[in-house]
Amino acid sequence: MSAARIDAKQGGRWLGAYVLVYLVFLYLPVLLIPLFSFNDSIQAAFPLQGFTFEWYKTLSGNSALSGALANSLVIGAIAATGATLCGITVSYMDLFGRSPLAATISAIARLPILIPGVIVGISLLILVNLIGFGPSRTAIVLGHILVALPTTVVIMKSRFAAIPKTIREAALDLGASDWTTFRRVMLPLSLPAIVSAFMLAFLTSFDEFIVAFFLAGTEPTLPLYIWSQLRFPKSLPTVMALGTAILAVSFVIAAIAEILRHRGLAAARRPVPANLSKPEETERGELQWHST
Amino acid sequence: MSTIVARQPLPESRSSTGFRLAMLLPGGLVTFFLILFALGLVVFLALRGNDGSLLGAGFTFANFITVASDPLYWTVTLRSLAIAGLVTLATVVTAYPVAYYLAFHARRRRGLLLFLVTLPFWTSYLLRVFAWKIVLAYNGVLNSALIESGIWSEPTLAFLNTPAAVVVTLAHAYAPFAILPIYVALDTIPKSLLEAASDLGARPFTSFRRVVLPNSMPGVLAAALVVFVPTVGDYVTPALVGGPASTMIGSLIQAQFGKANDWPFGAALAVAVMLVILAVVLVVRSADRRFGSRI
Repeated sequence: MSAARIDAKQGGRWLGAYVLVYLVFLYLPVLLIPLFSFNDSIQAAFPLQGFTFEWYKTLSGNSALSGALANSLVIGAIAATGATLCGITVSYMDLFGRSPLAATISAIARLPILIPGVIVGISLLILVNLIGFGPSRTAIVLGHILVALPTTVVIMKSRFAAIPKTIREAALDLGASDWTTFRRVMLPLSLPAIVSAFMLAFLTSFDEFIVAFFLAGTEPTLPLYIWSQLRFPKSLPTVMALGTAILAVSFVIAAIAEILRHRGLAAARRPVPANLSKPEETERGELQWHST
Repeated sequence: MSTIVARQPLPESRSSTGFRLAMLLPGGLVTFFLILFALGLVVFLALRGNDGSLLGAGFTFANFITVASDPLYWTVTLRSLAIAGLVTLATVVTAYPVAYYLAFHARRRRGLLLFLVTLPFWTSYLLRVFAWKIVLAYNGVLNSALIESGIWSEPTLAFLNTPAAVVVTLAHAYAPFAILPIYVALDTIPKSLLEAASDLGARPFTSFRRVVLPNSMPGVLAAALVVFVPTVGDYVTPALVGGPASTMIGSLIQAQFGKANDWPFGAALAVAVMLVILAVVLVVRSADRRFGSRI
C-alpha cells in the first residue's frame, strides 16, 4: 500500500512537471505579441532591438481603428445582452418549464457548438439578405448571439440547477406567482452567474472573427480591422500593440467573469439546513459542452 | 390579515400561460429562426442553380454531383478530415494528462490551474493564430531564435505555409477546449471504484487502464467533438499559416461566398461538411453509449 502511494506521489510529480510544460506551450506564443509590441523593429525576430512605445503611439489618432473599436463595443454589448437574456430564459424553462418544447429549444440552443463558424456565417448571410437588411452591424449582432448562446445557456443552467429546489418550491407554496418567483427569488440568487455569462458573451463577441467576416457591411469590428492590417508587413508592430491591448482587456474581463462564476457556484454549495434537501449534485462548476 | 387558501394547487398547474410564453419567446425565436430556419435556407440554396440572384433558380442536384464527382473536392475534404483528425488526436492526447493531474493530484492548486487552462479559451482566436504566424515566419521568431543560438546558420522556409503549421496552430488554438470535458469526466469517477480496484490487487497502471480510462471515455469523446467541429471548417488558420498546399473545405466555402460568388455551390459544400460532422457525431454517440455515458 505504502509503496503504491509513493509510486502515485512520484507519478504526480512527473505529471506536475508536464502540466507546467503544457502551460508554457499554452501561453508562450500568445505572450510573444506583447513582447514584440515593445520591440523597436518592424520584424518580429530575435535579437530584440530595444524598448519603444512607438507602436502604441501610432494607435491613437487612427480613426479607422477607433471606429472599429466603437463598433466592437456596441455589437458586443448588444449581442451579450441578447445572448444572456436567451441563456437565462432557455435554461430556466429547460429546468422548470416541464415541457418538451422548452427542452427542445434548450437542445437546439446548444447546437451552434456542433456547427463550424463558417456555416453559421453563411447561413446568417443568406438569412439577412433574405430579410433585406443585408450585411451590417445588426447582422453581426445576430451572429454573435448565436455564437455566445451555448456558453450562456450552459452557465445559467448550471447556476439554476445549483439553487436548492426547495427555495423555488417554498416561494411558489407561499403564493408567489411564476413571474414573482423568477424575478424576486431565482434571478437575484443567480446574479453572479448572470454577470459572468454577460461578460463571457461580451468577450466571445469582442474576439469573434469567423462569423463576423461574412456578416460585416462597411463598418468592420476590431478583429476584422486587424485582419485587414495583416496584409501589410509594415503595420505588423501596430497590430501587435493593438493585440496586446486586446489581450490585456480580455484577460481582465475573463478573470473577473471566472471568479464571479465560481463564487456564485460555491455559494450554492454552502450547507443548507438539514430539513432542506441538498442541491442536486448533477451540475458542476465547470462548463460542460456535451449535451447528451 | 390574509386569506388562507384552502385548496393548495400544485405549483405546475398555476403556471400562467403569459409567463411561459414570455419565457419561451426569446429562445424560441433565436433557435427556430436564426438556427433551424437559417440552416434550412442553406440546404434549400444548395439545391438551386446559380443565376446570380439571392435564392438561385430552379431545382437541381448539380451542385452535389459536382461536389461528389470532382476529385479536387475529395482531396480538400480528405485533407480537412486528416488535419482536423490530427489536431483532435493531438489536443486530446496532450490534454488528458493535464486533466488527470487536475482531477487526482492538484489538490489546493486545482482552482488556480483550472483558471489558468480556461483563460486562453476567452482570448482572441485571431490573435492566437497571428502569434503563430510571427513564430513560424521566414524572418520570424523561431528562425531568428535558432540562428541566434547557433543551432542553424540560415533561416528556413520549412515552417510557414505547410499543413504541419496548420496542425500545430490549430492544436494550440483549440487546446483549452479539450481539458475541461476530460477533467469533468475524470472528476466524477467515484473514488470507491479506484479503492476497490486497488484493494482487489490491481496495480496503478492496471487500474488506470481498466477503470479510469474506460470511465473517462465520455469526456474524451466530448472533447474530441468540440475540437473536431470547429477545426474541420476552419478557414482562417489555413489562410494565415497554411499556404496553398493546405487549403481546407472551409476555405472553399468562404471563396464561394466571396470571390467565386457561387452561393448555391458554397451552400452544397456546407451541407457536405454538415453531413460529415453528423456522421462523426453519430459515431461518437454510439461509442459513448458503449462506454455508458455519465455526462
